[in-house]
Amino acid sequence: MNTIEQIAVEQTKAEKDGSAPVIAVEGLHKSFGSQKVLNGVSLRVTRGETLAVLGRSGTGKSVLLRIVIGLEKPDSGSVRIHGQDIAGMALDEIGEIRKKMGFLFQQGALYDSLTVEQNVAFPLRHHKKTMSKSEQDERVRALLVEVGMEGHFEKMPSDISGGMQKRVGLARALALEPDVLLLDEPTAGLDPISAAEIDELVLKLQAEHHMASIVVTHDLHSAKTIADRLALLNDGNIAIEGNFQELQESDIEFVREFLRHS
Amino acid sequence: MIDHRSSAVASMDSLHPGERILLESPAVNSCIGLIVKFLEWFGDLGIFFWRVVCAAVTPPFEFRELFRQLDEIGSMSLPLVALAGAAIGVVLALQTRHSLSRFGAESLLPAAIVFSIIHEIGPIITGLVVSGRVGAGIGAELASMKVTEQVDAIEASAVNPYRLLAAPRILACILMLPLLTLAADLCGLVMGWVAQALAEPLSLHQFVRSGFKGTGFNDFLPPTFKTMVFGLIIGLVSCFQGMRTQGGAAGVGRAATSSVVLSSLMLIIADVVLVKIIIIFFP
Repeated sequence: MNTIEQIAVEQTKAEKDGSAPVIAVEGLHKSFGSQKVLNGVSLRVTRGETLAVLGRSGTGKSVLLRIVIGLEKPDSGSVRIHGQDIAGMALDEIGEIRKKMGFLFQQGALYDSLTVEQNVAFPLRHHKKTMSKSEQDERVRALLVEVGMEGHFEKMPSDISGGMQKRVGLARALALEPDVLLLDEPTAGLDPISAAEIDELVLKLQAEHHMASIVVTHDLHSAKTIADRLALLNDGNIAIEGNFQELQESDIEFVREFLRHS
Repeated sequence: MIDHRSSAVASMDSLHPGERILLESPAVNSCIGLIVKFLEWFGDLGIFFWRVVCAAVTPPFEFRELFRQLDEIGSMSLPLVALAGAAIGVVLALQTRHSLSRFGAESLLPAAIVFSIIHEIGPIITGLVVSGRVGAGIGAELASMKVTEQVDAIEASAVNPYRLLAAPRILACILMLPLLTLAADLCGLVMGWVAQALAEPLSLHQFVRSGFKGTGFNDFLPPTFKTMVFGLIIGLVSCFQGMRTQGGAAGVGRAATSSVVLSSLMLIIADVVLVKIIIIFFP
């Protein structure tokens, strides 16, 4: 085994026993023009853990998530996925790492010229050339049943509701059995019942797949339900990080204000 | 963005007062601003083109998407291009007949029609018609994918959007334009003959023999293949405008419009250059 393989094996072992994080963000800075959105943000997420990032609307939570998957480049700082820094990587290089990551966009971002089934099959058709087409189709159907979309395989994204689009988006994010799951406001725009259903679904998937997961949300109730730890973002910094009880016991003015209004 | 205007202003103290007034005027400043903006756009276009080329030449290749685009861009544009070619053939025949009859040179009409259509009218009409139909279509489609985060979703699924979206469309435009030009040429020539034959009896055989006398492959192939450059311009500009859209529905509209306007403009300018090159290399 050469050195690179040795490092990868040791990293995988350390992630499995929780001593090394799967996602490690250090000192992220990001500005858009004169507006400083992230001012030295650092986070760590281990295998099987769900971290909720909360904050007011427009404070850079989605930007943080986009930087973690590499859709935005930070001004400075590092983002390590499985120990590899993705911040400076080229498109095809980072593609290899993205195959192990799933991203649920805020509006679902389903491909509107493809059916529900074709949407979920998209990552498989492009990356699982060793699987036969019938095996891929079987996996797609299993994923759609898992997210509760049985009977809607042939529908177009415009024919299904927002909540259903998110379910399909979730199925698509899970197609390649990722180690990392990133969710951008999964319950935004949903009624309380649908939001609770999405929360239950995320919990179930996490229990089965043990992914390192970051959920960006402004819904404190949802965050309490699905997350192991919560981080509150304010003015580009993490104001507090911990479980819900630690947030409740905090003296920080912004935290108390946030909890009071949730 | 480097503010060229402020660095220019800094050296203005050494200037003659009249020169200073000219450089400080809003009209001149807005001209300079426009030129800088255009150069930035052109530079970004070059970077985009480079990324598409790098993605297109490395596997995995998106053959299925390419065939889909060949059908969408080629087959679907055929009726419109054929109709435009036919109409232009009729108009050309009528107008040229009217001009030539003043000199008693109607016998030159078939040659005039053939020469005009094959050398210039066929290619430019095909280019402009396709730029309108395909340019707007690609610009709007990719723009609406961009604003609904579908392009980001493709990238997040570890698929290169330059390889999946841009390369097949640009390649399809390059391959289909010469074939569409052939169709436009054919319809233009046939309808040119029809318009001529309605005024004065002339068989198709006579028209073809008289019209193609003295023409060779050097008259036909270079103008037809110059449309590959037109296809490159149409595909590249509309993919670029589509994939960099921002701003919701208004952004999609702007992308579609700017795709057509910019690709048409660049196509016409490229035609001027290409005609000169053809005259030099294929006398």
